[in-house]
Amino acid sequence: MTTWYKKNQIAITPWLFLIPAMAMFVLYVVYPIAQSFNISLYKWDGLGEAEYVGMANYEKLLTRDRAFNISVWNNLKWLVFYLAAIPGGLFIALFLNQTVRGIRLYKSLFFFPFVISQIVVGLVFTWFYDPTFGLFNGIIGVFGIEPVNVLGDPELATYGIIAAGLWPQTAYCMILYLTGLNAVDPEQVEAARLDGAKGLKMLWYVILPQLRPATFIAFVVTIIGALRSFDLISIMTNGGPFGSTRVLSFYMFEKSLSEYGFRMGYGAAIAVILFLIMLVFISYFLWRMYQDEKGER
Amino acid sequence: MFPAPIEKSSRTAQITYQSMLPLALLLWLAPLLAVALFSVRPDTDFTIGNYWGIPSSWEMISNYSQVFNSSMPKYILNSFFITIPTVIGAVSLSAMAGFALGIYKFRFNLLIFFLFIAGNFVPFQILMVPVRDLTLDMGLYNTKTGLVLFHIAFQTGFCTLFMRNFIKALPFELIEAARVEGVAEWRIFWFVVLPLMKPALAALAVLIFTFIWNDYFWAVVLTQGEAAQPVTAGITSFNAQFRAMYHLMSAGSLIAALPPVAMFFLMQKHFIAGLTLGAVK
Repeated sequence: MTTWYKKNQIAITPWLFLIPAMAMFVLYVVYPIAQSFNISLYKWDGLGEAEYVGMANYEKLLTRDRAFNISVWNNLKWLVFYLAAIPGGLFIALFLNQTVRGIRLYKSLFFFPFVISQIVVGLVFTWFYDPTFGLFNGIIGVFGIEPVNVLGDPELATYGIIAAGLWPQTAYCMILYLTGLNAVDPEQVEAARLDGAKGLKMLWYVILPQLRPATFIAFVVTIIGALRSFDLISIMTNGGPFGSTRVLSFYMFEKSLSEYGFRMGYGAAIAVILFLIMLVFISYFLWRMYQDEKGER
Repeated sequence: MFPAPIEKSSRTAQITYQSMLPLALLLWLAPLLAVALFSVRPDTDFTIGNYWGIPSSWEMISNYSQVFNSSMPKYILNSFFITIPTVIGAVSLSAMAGFALGIYKFRFNLLIFFLFIAGNFVPFQILMVPVRDLTLDMGLYNTKTGLVLFHIAFQTGFCTLFMRNFIKALPFELIEAARVEGVAEWRIFWFVVLPLMKPALAALAVLIFTFIWNDYFWAVVLTQGEAAQPVTAGITSFNAQFRAMYHLMSAGSLIAALPPVAMFFLMQKHFIAGLTLGAVK
């Protein structure tokens, strides 16, 4: 036995090292994805017998569920507006990319919002928007605008929450760009300066191409963040007013574990649709990473 | 360097920049500073509408001690009991998996690696119903263990990506030299590779600490009530208990946010190294 192991060590060791991680990952991530697809074909309250209903859950979702439509639209809003974190982060990174005294502390403090939990961010912004004492209304009041109840207005609430989400996300993108800027080739910058490039032109033609890896990661984490948004909605509006701030992830949670009875099958169907939307992005990310891997070989 | 170093520009530009820095920071952190200010006010300030003026009295000690006399400390303790085992579990599993994927050439290597990466991008919601069910079946619903096991499994995806890339960048000659000496493979892992992985281990540990501490979704899916819930979920029940008592709510939120913040400031270098993995080629 031991001699056999010694002979084949190099072939066997990787599998021995992989087994614990793979077992956990398959049990808790890979298999549940398959299970969700399966559950979505049933009508199930989570306790009793599940009843097979085929595509009925999907049919209902796609044709007769207004709340689902609202959620998809809100997810689109999140996807589009959340991306503002990328230029926002770049802007702050450019602002802070200096070597004056104390700049390191400034960088850390600007990064601060990312470290706090979204639950606390949500609470902080709920008070920020508060119609009676919120700082937000104080600020717009200076410009003579009437107080608005951002989170109480179905038209505005989603944007209010996205803005809250942008706060930590911009900080994240900022730190990515600060690291990227640190690695920009100084010789290229000097050469471009000698050629008379500066300001926006320099940024666009010389700096941004070198920041592409940072931009890619910022894009990945922002898209994932946008599609995963749940905490902020849950704490700031709980889906309201009138269900206007629901997104797929929140709606799915609501349906599955609703106080009016669990609808696991229906929830799973919503999750599958969210997963399929995500899959478009996941495939693109993986494809990009695969190209990089091939390039290294 | 871009933008051009400010030291090279005029004196006025330098002064403008230096004075804009604190101003910008103040604006950026205004929502948080407001909460910090709330947390030291007496509750009468809220009834008389003194939200933004100087607090009529400084109630820092009384507010914060009231928070400590609630169920808050229990929740915070739970958070530690959930976060620390997760960090240890996820980092160990992924160090091993990363070693396997980074050092050995075998069929399916890249496939398995990409499986871990893909799992990392998945929206949690697709896992929710089955994982909740699995946890119930194992009798671990509403326990810290149930939450820890799931977190370990899910974080292993991200951690393996990180570890594998780190190990792949190590000089392979070291491993070859050890093999020539006849060192067993597991000893190579333990005595050669692991000591070199210290920065990666540290970076992942702080990152996972923060991620798990701040998790809310799984906390509400897999646990309920004081016995097992971490502070992110606890703060919402705290919210219900102290509705409209803004001074206590603010103090509570700040305390809940403190451990990851402390972690970040203590381990800043590692934290940022972990977070910006791949941002530079």
